[in-house]
Amino acid sequence: MLKITCPNCGERHYTEFRYAGDASRQRPVHGTTDPRAWHDYVFLFDNPKGAHREYWQHVLGCRQWLILERNTATNAVGRSWAAGTAEPAP
Amino acid sequence: MTERYSALALARHALTGEAWPRAWRSADPKSGYDVVIIGGGGHGLATAYYLAANHGVTRVAVIERGYIGSGNVGRNTTLIRSNYMMDGNTQFFEHSLKLWEGLSHTLNFNVMVSQRGQVVLAHGPSQLDVLARKGNIMRLNGIDAELLDRGDVMRILPYLDFSDQTRFPIHGGLLQRRAGTVRHDAVAWGYARAADRFGVDIIENCEVTGFTSEGNRITGVRTTRGEIRAERTAISVAGHSSQLAAMAGLRLPVESHILQAFVTEPIKPFVDHVISFGAELFYISQSDKGGLVFGGHIDGFNTFTQRGQFPKVQNVAECAVALIPSISRVRLLRHWGGIQDMTPDGSPFIGRTPRDNLFLNGGWCYQGFKATPATGWCFAHTIAQGEEHPLVRHLALDRFTRGNGFDEYGLGQWTYRQ
Repeated sequence: MLKITCPNCGERHYTEFRYAGDASRQRPVHGTTDPRAWHDYVFLFDNPKGAHREYWQHVLGCRQWLILERNTATNAVGRSWAAGTAEPAP
Repeated sequence: MTERYSALALARHALTGEAWPRAWRSADPKSGYDVVIIGGGGHGLATAYYLAANHGVTRVAVIERGYIGSGNVGRNTTLIRSNYMMDGNTQFFEHSLKLWEGLSHTLNFNVMVSQRGQVVLAHGPSQLDVLARKGNIMRLNGIDAELLDRGDVMRILPYLDFSDQTRFPIHGGLLQRRAGTVRHDAVAWGYARAADRFGVDIIENCEVTGFTSEGNRITGVRTTRGEIRAERTAISVAGHSSQLAAMAGLRLPVESHILQAFVTEPIKPFVDHVISFGAELFYISQSDKGGLVFGGHIDGFNTFTQRGQFPKVQNVAECAVALIPSISRVRLLRHWGGIQDMTPDGSPFIGRTPRDNLFLNGGWCYQGFKATPATGWCFAHTIAQGEEHPLVRHLALDRFTRGNGFDEYGLGQWTYRQ
């Protein structure tokens, strides 16, 4: 089973978490008026077969949002860290 | 040339012991075609068949990375139905169901269409109101639908849990008698054979590695078996639409997710209908071999591995037992996963793309199999005419740019919640 390391709670089954999409997408800066930029941000996905960086929330635990590295071709998980904090040094 | 299947041919082969000819030729790629279809699944093969049968376009190649029937056409739960509510979907899926009804004759291949009826259950008055509204919309479109109260469901499906203890008491349901199941492998083989009879080349074990282009116009494909020129190129590749589109420089509103399906050991005929649970996404039917076939939601995060996670197995088994307690001791025989395109509104794309002469069919979420004949019909029209078939205009790739997302279930723009 997929296991995810929560920065607060340690390694847990993925069923305690909720997936929340690609974390590499950059929200357009506030005040952007080009609808195309917002469309691309909301609706388009790179959907890579391989390395992926994504949001999860520990909804059945401490409710921390986190960023997880996972390979979508194998489901092998890599590093994880609290969303909103700096990416740890590799 | 393949031989026509008939009772007479069956008798002749039985008496003489003469071997049956193979159902379709093993074709080598030619240097160029009018249309190249990438993806030899049900949709790709149906598109090739209708291009030839409806539009007279026979210089067509279907290119398949694996072998025919290895993808999602053989991984679904084989259900067909047309109980959709939103204008556009209602007519499209009814067109599909009508094509299913005559498909064995059309293809001269027994696809074993079994119109055993589908019951969608309601577990409370408000849910039954929603089903009544959907049933009314279906009937206004000339589609059969019958509203059932608790007593009706008890008579038709007496083995469901009608006890006082059940967490989700059954309040009623909506029955579509023309819904049912189809033998899915036969759909792939039947379309492949019928397309082959028109001269369509079906090229297996051939992977597309890129496109050739002149300016904005796509002029063909690069494959592991050489370059193939094409006047028009069509993508119909289920879980890998994003990867193919990326080769043409396009990003799609698609995320790939795994959907699991399950079959139990065979038991005697028991579940005579297709039943959809109303309290969770769960659907069950019984195959001709006796196995209970069922499925549920996607696992919930994007992946390309065709292996599902165990908690989903548990969840689906819980649904099965909540609905039909008597099957709690039946053992699961197999379970498997298929990778499907999930879109922000749960609806697919059939139509043109920003690249000239490149067409896309994808984003099918849960509903690809039942749509196979109508997709082939409408996608073939779109490719041949260069303009979307009226039945699929609501499924254009650029609909989000116009604010026309088509969300049948009203779930919002999250691929993983559809």
